[in-house]
Amino acid sequence: MALLETRSLTASYGDFQALFGVDVRLEEGQTVAIIGANGAGKTTLMRSISGVLRNALDQISFDGREIGGLSAPDVVALGVAMVPEGRKLFPSLTVEENLLIGRYGRAVEGFWSLETIYEMFPILKERRNNPGTALSGGQQQMVAIGRALMSNPRVLLCDELSLGLAPVVIKDIYAAFPKIKASGASIIIVEQDIGQALKVADQVYCMMEGRITLSGKPSEISREQIHAAYFGAHA
Amino acid sequence: MSVLDTLIQGILLGGLYTLFAAGLALVFGIMRLVNLAHGDLIVMAAFLILYLVTGLGLNPFVAALIAMPVMFGIGWALQYFVLNRTLGPDILPPLLVTFGLSIVIQNGLLQGFSADSRRIPIGPLESASINLGPIAVGVMPLLTFASAVLVIVALNVIFYRTSLGRAFRATSDDKVTAGLMGIRPDNIFAIATGLALVVATIAALYLGARANFDPTIGPARLIYAFEAVIIGGLGSFWGTLVGGIIIGVAQTFGASINPEWQILAGHVAFLIVLLFRPRGLFPRAVD
Ligand SMILES: Nc1ncnc2c1ncn2[C@@H]1O[C@H](COP(=O)(O)OP(=O)(O)O)[C@@H](O)[C@H]1O
Ligand SMILES: [Mg+2]
Repeated sequence: MALLETRSLTASYGDFQALFGVDVRLEEGQTVAIIGANGAGKTTLMRSISGVLRNALDQISFDGREIGGLSAPDVVALGVAMVPEGRKLFPSLTVEENLLIGRYGRAVEGFWSLETIYEMFPILKERRNNPGTALSGGQQQMVAIGRALMSNPRVLLCDELSLGLAPVVIKDIYAAFPKIKASGASIIIVEQDIGQALKVADQVYCMMEGRITLSGKPSEISREQIHAAYFGAHA
Repeated sequence: MSVLDTLIQGILLGGLYTLFAAGLALVFGIMRLVNLAHGDLIVMAAFLILYLVTGLGLNPFVAALIAMPVMFGIGWALQYFVLNRTLGPDILPPLLVTFGLSIVIQNGLLQGFSADSRRIPIGPLESASINLGPIAVGVMPLLTFASAVLVIVALNVIFYRTSLGRAFRATSDDKVTAGLMGIRPDNIFAIATGLALVVATIAALYLGARANFDPTIGPARLIYAFEAVIIGGLGSFWGTLVGGIIIGVAQTFGASINPEWQILAGHVAFLIVLLFRPRGLFPRAVD
């Protein structure tokens, strides 16, 4: 049984339907990548899993429980944490306070603590009393990742980590992934950077217009298939 | 009355206005909600204390201690079940609902306690005074001011040094992302209003012990509270203390020239400050 699974997941913003029956599986210990063009519905999928958007209860299951209708605080408490698109640090909180608030709704002991996060991103320790929003984009992304890890999640959702960052910075951020995986977290990343996504993922899903158009292991799918799944067969 | 004497009386009076204002500042700072019933809730707390003192024969300070958790519960429920539903991009619904609440509370108190003027009896403490050098200072005004400073310190500690305070600030920044941290904004807002009414209860004790009150005086207290918060700059608790002191000093000096000028002098001071500092003296950097 998959650790996390969506089944015919649908989601709407008012009258506008953004997801049309999405099936995604995340096995324990794996990393899944979701790729797709702007507006494909990737963030909507993340918002649905994390409880920001409510769905039908049975459309999402986690560890054998149906969680589709739960609120975000309930989902976090179960062990699914999110690094939201655009980082979304709290401007009124310092770097360290941003990290500490990550365990507000789930304070379980585990590999991740202030110490281990400062060990992974030493620059954050130096800047710990700065307002979170005074940091560079890459450092802010480190805070957002650390904040999510503070709850020692079983599943980490990452929405467009590389958004707006320089390639060297993206490399730095992804250098943290082996450690995150070793801590026992299973990961779903949303990426526009296809190369990066294929590098870290065990399983890739491509989305277009609210549907999954392609899925498979990175080694099994070709560039042409991805291109077709990204832009439509006739592009 | 010497100038120094007037100044000190004014500063001490500012303590009372700070107590009126601190709860308002807390609630506004966290959820951008202006509670027009805040003054009436203070008066309601004063009647609750009065009831515990005269009905059960309790010491007024003990009565206030008992009233605090009761008022916290009332504030929590009011926010959770009523005011949370009015919060949104439109600022009008909370104003309308709290305005209505203000009228309901006033009429409820009139029904329950009549329009008679009351006072919380505090015995010999009422007229006790101590000498600070050449100036005699009332013990009650001094206690009022000390309580105000303590409340401001406590609110700062809660806001900036505790997990609850982090949750207050995070929720105020961004409700959706706060939810991703496991914070329940509805509950956080309810706790904030509960805390505001605990402070209102402290204000009520000193209000009711110092002067007569009746069910209709809430809105006037609300005005002083507003002025203190706005002079101080929205979102700064120390600013609220400074704002309260400015109103208190202005009123006392006004009254020392002509008793009829007391209230007017406070309002004039408010306008003068706003003329030079439209955002108040200590506006919060992040808004
Ligand atoms: N808050 C919203 N309200 C209305 N429509 C939205 C909202 N957020 C996203 N959408 C729409 O839903 C679709 C999917 O968006 P999104 O999930 O953000 O895509 P992606 O993350 O893949 O770029 C887009 O057409 C977008 O315009
Ligand atoms: Mg997106």
